Amino acid sequence: MAERSQIRKPAPEKRAARTEEAHDASGRPAVEETSGASKAARTEEAPAASERAAEIKTELDDLLDEIDEVLEANAEDFVKSYIQKGGE
Amino acid sequence: MRGAGGGRVRRMAVAKTLGIETEYGVVHRGADEANPIAASSLLINAYLARCDHVADSGSGAVGWDFIDESPGNDARGFTPAGALAPEVETHLVNAVLTNGARYYVDHAHPELSSPECADARTAVVYDRAAELIAQASMSAAGALLPDGEDIVLYKNNSDGKGNSYGCHENYLVDRSTPFSRIAAWAIAHFVTRQIYTGAGKVGSEAPGARLDDVDYQLTQRADFFEEEIGLETTLKRPIVNTRDEPHADAAKYRRFHVIVGDANMSETATFLKVGATAAVLALVEDDALPRELRFESPVAALRQVSRDLTLSEPLRLDDGRTVTALEVQWELLGCCRKYVEANGAADTGGDVTYEVLDRWEAVLAGLEDDPMELAHQLDWVAKYRLLDAYRARHGLEWHSDRLRAMAIQYHDLRPERSLAGRVGLERIVGDAEAARAVSEPPADTRAFFRGRCLQRFASDVVAANWDSIVFDAGADTLRRVPMMEPMRGTRDHVGTLFDDCPSAAELLRRLGA
Repeated sequence: MAERSQIRKPAPEKRAARTEEAHDASGRPAVEETSGASKAARTEEAPAASERAAEIKTELDDLLDEIDEVLEANAEDFVKSYIQKGGE
Repeated sequence: MRGAGGGRVRRMAVAKTLGIETEYGVVHRGADEANPIAASSLLINAYLARCDHVADSGSGAVGWDFIDESPGNDARGFTPAGALAPEVETHLVNAVLTNGARYYVDHAHPELSSPECADARTAVVYDRAAELIAQASMSAAGALLPDGEDIVLYKNNSDGKGNSYGCHENYLVDRSTPFSRIAAWAIAHFVTRQIYTGAGKVGSEAPGARLDDVDYQLTQRADFFEEEIGLETTLKRPIVNTRDEPHADAAKYRRFHVIVGDANMSETATFLKVGATAAVLALVEDDALPRELRFESPVAALRQVSRDLTLSEPLRLDDGRTVTALEVQWELLGCCRKYVEANGAADTGGDVTYEVLDRWEAVLAGLEDDPMELAHQLDWVAKYRLLDAYRARHGLEWHSDRLRAMAIQYHDLRPERSLAGRVGLERIVGDAEAARAVSEPPADTRAFFRGRCLQRFASDVVAANWDSIVFDAGADTLRRVPMMEPMRGTRDHVGTLFDDCPSAAELLRRLGA
């Protein structure tokens, strides 16, 4: 079995430092999408994350409800006829 | 700055001029006998005939000048026996657009090569503009075809039957950087960046494999790579392509031609694909990466990463240790941050580098935590979520025709049919900015000069290519204006010159050409 590499992420300390930076002047955590928030920050925001997961799920359900209207009518024929020449 | 050995090294990195070439999948629907070359030609000609932002000479477009095409040159300084050099097809439609891009038929696909861009964000702008051009082309072609026929474009890289076409990237690098060093780090990066650049694929197309050997994998392209390093692009594709055709001053520059990537529908993926790669290449040029990282088998590692949806499989290094793709990407990101903190961002892609680093970090953190969090950022995640949910709802197999059809339709460029357009992918670039880039060149590379020449003096331009423009401005002989410096000919350099010149003849006189 190969020895596990010593390669580490650039640093837990680096990411911890970013967590501090990720708080704005009011002490509120910055919006997560704008930078790599650390795991700690994400744990604090767990309720928001699960809310967001629920949002995404609802959005996906809605999409599945309406998607049949835009899908290729005959999937078998479409897949069979989608033939390309190699390129580059 | 300090190099790997701790000694002081000369800064070598050059500003990372970059660009993206995309070959689109093409389908002529409703035709009895479809010919992809004819369909691609019709599509591009229909676009050129319709629009006013290409030159107006003859066929409606300024043609491409092939004088400097030499795709058979090998960056290693030799061409291995038996290697097949790419051929240049000079007889098919081939036009230069006023935004500085090249639009042409390559093999059996329409291809759009973006103008030279100074940073990753501009590359995303012109990638979006290319999609708009593709959409306008489909409309223009549809108007010419009989009822019931259409030409449809797909921004993907495979037909699911073993045929692949490319989305290539180009980066300007310093000629004096040893190619072997570029190749070593490029392989480490290309194998592992798949975790955010992948466009997602149902099944396997690897040689000798069955479609259902794999349910779903991260990338379109990994199945098609068989070599580590080489000149080919159509057979025995290599992870690192050695085409040495700088389209610039060959004594100073190399154009690092990357063929291993997927075409992305996600702007975040495109942004990170070119942004992170530009930064990594700047570090390679300055020898600012700490150590060698070589996989025991890069080709096997490329496929392994593409097929590992857990992102956790250990990849074997040639010294017997193992790493994961995420670990390599964290390390590269850390090195890039350190480099930019010490040296600034002039050579890594300008101020946009800071946004690249932040998005890169956020995406790696998301991938580590739960990739499904990135359903609005990354193609492979967005496509996976959609297909998996549809599969679960309808009790389908991964390799069912319905799921395979949806996997193709994700990349359909018709807004009313595109599935990528329905999954809520985050935008980096505004609609107005993308629309403007359909006809306007970037301001901060030589593409500005090319584009302005075509906007202002198209009837005097005989031909153009990446590094020169040929004029017939009434003199006895044709005049060629060379553009060997990709970062010259910008709006800052020549903007007022165009304002002051009423004619091509005056422009040539002022340039001393």
